[in-house]
Amino acid sequence: MTELLWLIPLIPFLGFVLNGLGRNLFPKAIYGIIGTGAVFIAFILSAFLFQEIWSLQKAGQSAAITQHLFDWFSVGNFKVSLSFLVDPLSAAMLLIITGIGFLIHLYSYSYMHEDKGLGKFFAYLNLFVFFMLLLVMGSNYLVMFIGWEGVGLCSYLLIGFWFTNSSYASAAKKAFVMNRIGDLGFLIAMFFILEHFGTLEYSAVFSQAASLSIGDSTIVIITLLLFVAATGKSAQIPLFTWLPDAMAGPTPVSALIHAATMVTAGIYMVVRSNVLFMLSPLTMEIMAIIGLATALIAAFIALTQNDIKKVLAYSTVSQLGYMFLALGVGAFTGAFFHVLTHAFFKALLFLGAGSVIHAMGNEQDMRKMGGLRKALPITFFTMCLGTIAISGIPPFAGFFSKDEILAHAFQHNVVLWGVGLLTAICTAFYMFRLLFMTFFGSFRGTADQKAHLHESPWQMTFPLIILAFLSVVGGWINLPEAVGGSHALANFLAPIYKGSRLADFDLALSHQTEYLLMGVSAIVAIVMAIVAYTMYGKMDGKPMTEKNEGFLYRLSYNKLYVDELYDAIIVRPLQSLSTFLHTYVEKLGIDGFVNGIASFFVGSGKGIRQLQSGYVGFYILMMVFGVIAILIYGMVRI
Amino acid sequence: MENIVQNIQGVPLNHYIIFCSIIFAIGVIGVLIRRNVIIIMMSIELMLNAVNLLLAAFSAYRGDASGQVFVFFVMALAAAEVAVGLAIIIMVYRNTKSVDIETLSKLRW
Repeated sequence: MTELLWLIPLIPFLGFVLNGLGRNLFPKAIYGIIGTGAVFIAFILSAFLFQEIWSLQKAGQSAAITQHLFDWFSVGNFKVSLSFLVDPLSAAMLLIITGIGFLIHLYSYSYMHEDKGLGKFFAYLNLFVFFMLLLVMGSNYLVMFIGWEGVGLCSYLLIGFWFTNSSYASAAKKAFVMNRIGDLGFLIAMFFILEHFGTLEYSAVFSQAASLSIGDSTIVIITLLLFVAATGKSAQIPLFTWLPDAMAGPTPVSALIHAATMVTAGIYMVVRSNVLFMLSPLTMEIMAIIGLATALIAAFIALTQNDIKKVLAYSTVSQLGYMFLALGVGAFTGAFFHVLTHAFFKALLFLGAGSVIHAMGNEQDMRKMGGLRKALPITFFTMCLGTIAISGIPPFAGFFSKDEILAHAFQHNVVLWGVGLLTAICTAFYMFRLLFMTFFGSFRGTADQKAHLHESPWQMTFPLIILAFLSVVGGWINLPEAVGGSHALANFLAPIYKGSRLADFDLALSHQTEYLLMGVSAIVAIVMAIVAYTMYGKMDGKPMTEKNEGFLYRLSYNKLYVDELYDAIIVRPLQSLSTFLHTYVEKLGIDGFVNGIASFFVGSGKGIRQLQSGYVGFYILMMVFGVIAILIYGMVRI
Repeated sequence: MENIVQNIQGVPLNHYIIFCSIIFAIGVIGVLIRRNVIIIMMSIELMLNAVNLLLAAFSAYRGDASGQVFVFFVMALAAAEVAVGLAIIIMVYRNTKSVDIETLSKLRW
């Protein structure tokens, strides 16, 4: 079985090739079968592989399978091989990617059924899965980087899937450019790693790094650059504005790429490089602060957004910020745990939102929804579970992962915990606001939309139900000891922390403190749910108008003016610099120089041509002058 | 022969040089400013003869006969040149009814 692990990325790639080449040839069902089937096979293989890893670990053996496919290139002593590494971390990621990927492919078939580009859509999705698998399975930084770039490309292609709409196309461009900024950090970090360690293989790098002292300056630079890469891919300050705009893509894309998998690549990368990060306390501090700031700001913006997908997008940014907070305070397992549970409930919420948008005839404004719980019972019920899970109400998945992060933050610094709790309060509020605005009160859309309301077909509700189930029970895989669990996930992931200086970061709170923290976060979540209900639960009749007074409200509604700020401090100056360079340096300087040389010769040719008059007398005169000049020269020289 | 050499040497060399220069200059100016082709031919002959005279003078002063031999070559060539040149002038005159050099500018750009 383990010899076949190269098949896992290959099969989605084959799906991409088939669907891509036949995108105008096959009937619609074939696209769905190829696209979904490829990911399903990959899922089955991943499940077997996971089981293999699991049993290896149970048997106390080394649970890392490395498969060397071929040497890619070698320059001098430097060799890069295309090889795969499957250890507990990548095995778990494989299950998330292929499992949730499969559900979303199934969902997409129905959601995108009427679209002309169905074949292209599935081809892109499969290509994305391929690159994502490459990213998590690579056994060195370069293979990870290929996946890293590839998922960015697929994200660009899928955000701009409806590229005829120019604002969608520019959202895609924005995502791509912002990702590129981060990718540059990754690239430079790789150069540093290569320069410092002479190799890009994880195992070699980490075993060498394990003997370095804490605070080694090269490691600080490497980790900071890797963190820059993570801020691009995982939408952290300052590069987070692309993610809300990325909602221009079809909803399943938002669910797969911009909630469950691609945006967690940054967290995966940091967890993978935990040995390096633990050597750089400075990076860890920065990561915690940036993560927390992102979490708070995004949650604050999400409070007042009216576009159902925008709320979820900012929620995703906020949750990613949580994960970086966790990484920053050393809770690597907590961060990965949150990646896992977040993948379940955020994919669920996005797919549920997609189901609502589908039923409403592509209406995304929550002010025009309301009372949908009767028309969409399954969607309502599953989204309800997802909302509870993300808000952190026990015993749903989000509660345990969020609680673990908050507990670590509390141990690290009480201020971090306080801000984290504030974020959790915001999260509970905006999620229940979304739920109540969409499903409660009375319907506020047009009569046409009301007649069109319907529950989605089984291809869409089946993934919802599965994900809802996972959102409920997903948290139980890593129950803390305080509630009688055994940190199963932490134990499972233990091998990847080998050689890392993680010991200082183990959670050392008494059970009473943990109960207290859990109680506080659960109570505030429930309170905020009630507050949201009183504000939005009974909205009736007319499309409601938001009160526009209030400084904070406007600040949140206008997304803290971050886009405007970037526009003012980066885009405009760059634009005027470019205009300056274009008009003065390019046109006047470079073009002027080149054209100047040409026109000098043209002009001098024109001038000298006048001498060629055709009058023999003139020539002779010139000859005489010449002879006289030579004679004079000769005389003077003598 | 001795007699001729002595006769030539009876005049200072400087005089020959100045005289030849004047004749040569007259020839050059004639070529430059006259428009009649026949006059231009004559001016060319004038230049050639200025050079011939100078060659003869130097030859006599140096006591070396080769300069005078050279003069004969130049004369022979000049005769041939005049024969060809006059033939051309006659053909030009037949075609253009003119010996004005300005009329021969048809090939000018």
